[in-house]
Amino acid sequence: MIGIVDYRAGNITSVVRAFNFLGIPNFVSSAPAELAGADRIVFPGVGAAGEAMANIREQGLDIFLRNAFVRGVPILGICLGTQIIFEHSQEDGGTECLKLVKGTVKLFPHDMVANGEKLKVPHMGWNGLRLRQQHPVFANIDANMEFYFVHSYYPSPKEEENILGTTEYGIEFCSAIATNSLVALQFHPEKSGRAGLAILRNFASWLPGEN
Amino acid sequence: MLSKRIIVCLDVRDGKLTKGIKFQDNIDIGNPVVAAREYYEQGVDEIVFYDITASAEGRGIMLEVVKEVAQTIFIPFSVGGGLNTLQDMQAVIAAGAEKVSVNSGAIANPQIIAAGAKAFGSQCIVLGMDVKQVEPSSRVPSGYEVVVHGGRKNTGIDALWWAKQGEKLGAGEICLNSIDADGTQEGYDVVLTKIIATNVSIPVIASGGAGKPEHLAQVLTEGCASAALVASIVHYRTYQIAELKQFLTKKDVKTRLRW
Repeated sequence: MIGIVDYRAGNITSVVRAFNFLGIPNFVSSAPAELAGADRIVFPGVGAAGEAMANIREQGLDIFLRNAFVRGVPILGICLGTQIIFEHSQEDGGTECLKLVKGTVKLFPHDMVANGEKLKVPHMGWNGLRLRQQHPVFANIDANMEFYFVHSYYPSPKEEENILGTTEYGIEFCSAIATNSLVALQFHPEKSGRAGLAILRNFASWLPGEN
Repeated sequence: MLSKRIIVCLDVRDGKLTKGIKFQDNIDIGNPVVAAREYYEQGVDEIVFYDITASAEGRGIMLEVVKEVAQTIFIPFSVGGGLNTLQDMQAVIAAGAEKVSVNSGAIANPQIIAAGAKAFGSQCIVLGMDVKQVEPSSRVPSGYEVVVHGGRKNTGIDALWWAKQGEKLGAGEICLNSIDADGTQEGYDVVLTKIIATNVSIPVIASGGAGKPEHLAQVLTEGCASAALVASIVHYRTYQIAELKQFLTKKDVKTRLRW
């Protein structure tokens, strides 16, 4: 059973609907005791890092997520959930995050230009993903597929080996992270059509030891 | 690189499409859930439902439509029309819409933008603007005025000022509809789109006037729009979404080509 972490960060019902559509059993909870019963964890979220971290600490979810990560429970981070697995985010005047993965989260520069057009921040819409390594969560997904992004900050992992894939938007940034039992995506698989649904389905059957 | 988006607009009244849509089999589809699913399969990047229902009962039906759509399509979709309060927005978002679009409600009460952005995040709030060309004046220096009630009522508000104001209040996107171009099928108002798109840092969706694939190419390049809204050009099978995208590719406009 997939446990979807609710830390009051945006509308997570779209993630629930996607798993329901796929017929994959799931439940939503903000209680570590309940989530401990899940055999895999989805950590979604939209919004700002500062308030998200405050909610996470208040509910004891920081300790829960760290323990789950250490125990090797498969974890899927999405969007804001992906950003706060890092050590630190520039958002909200600087926010200390979960420190599951080494690195920081940075604001897109405001002077980016592509094809003579000033690039908008947030980065909103469909964009590609260049995989740096094969991963079971991305099995059978056409390399030309695009995914739906909405964000102003981007992950910047310290260790190159944690970069699963990158995306170009003025700069080349890390849009997918993988380490041990964790996969984290800057885009929204639940809003990315067939390819996004395939990622969720792959995650639901992924056995991290068998990469 | 980020793709330019093609967004299809579906007008809904009392839970039904205001005009039937023809797909491959040429049968009129009046059910917005079926139409949304069809466009999703055809590779549209986003869907906008514009609800022109007046009655409270009809609004309830619309929420049921939104719930059904959210269970079957997995791309972003927004709902607009008559959303005047935080409660209105909340109901639509809870039903499964990714974004809500506010238009005249925001003119009557600009703080609804800020309240919506605070409650749901800026990425949820689309500022819809209906705009008409006028003689530039001290009140409307850009020469484009915001109008309401389908263009029948002028507001005295300068479109450029309002767009910047909307961004400042927390809108995450602007859907810019030219009342002059709307329904003509003679092309988007590229000048208007460029003025707005180059003066705000949030994405601008161009709306009104699409009749040929060239029109999309023009507004997505010269007009600096992030997305183009289409309706009748695809509803009556003049063009398929894939054809529009293939044309844009030839014009070096990047779109999402696989789905």
